[in-house]
Amino acid sequence: MNIRYFAWVRERVGVEEETIEVPGGVKTVADLISHLKTLDGNHAAAFEEEDAIRVALDQLHVEADTDLGDAREVAFFPPMTGG
Amino acid sequence: MQVQPLVRVQAADFDVAAETQRLTTGRKDVGALVTFTGLCRDEAGTLEALELEHYPGMAEAELTRIAVEAAGRWPLTGLSVIHRFGKIAPGENIVLVVAASAHRRAAFEAADFLMDFLKTRAPFWKKEHLVSGAGGTWVDTKAGDEKDAARWSSS
Repeated sequence: MNIRYFAWVRERVGVEEETIEVPGGVKTVADLISHLKTLDGNHAAAFEEEDAIRVALDQLHVEADTDLGDAREVAFFPPMTGG
Repeated sequence: MQVQPLVRVQAADFDVAAETQRLTTGRKDVGALVTFTGLCRDEAGTLEALELEHYPGMAEAELTRIAVEAAGRWPLTGLSVIHRFGKIAPGENIVLVVAASAHRRAAFEAADFLMDFLKTRAPFWKKEHLVSGAGGTWVDTKAGDEKDAARWSSS
């Protein structure tokens, strides 16, 4: 699965984009976050304030309890500050 | 029929006059035209520039979803939204919304609605670069932004 990060989430993870193998037990966005946190210290730091992080599946906003389904791209980012 | 909004996400500046003309030239049915321009602001004399990061693809898609919803809620004759990305200095333009309609209320409300949802849902993030050269700081969201967007769901 292709994962993209933006703004301070990107800076904390240390990469803009990565492809990861999703373990079988990972069904929802929240499951994926729990898995990512175990990868290394950067990921753990990026997802420390889990409630502050917004998620998009295939470029649509979703909540953490959403099933990943057959999404190809997941993006994690802070609350938006455009305009 | 609902208008097809024009949505652009670009590094370059935009020309407000050209964008308003786009929605009025050659038409006689436009009675109201509202433009909103958001600029890069420096209140304390400490800001060198804002850096606007965006999610390419989703930024355009989300702005289009918001604009299409606005065009469905109000009887508009035209609607445009342009959002810039990259480094933007104080005094420069960041975002433009142009709403045109037969009567003023629809144009005012559509532009207001669009900005409220753009603020909370369009994937853009601002980082401040200071004159002092201190490392960039990500701008925090304002509590009022969510409340502003929630105003539109009560009806």
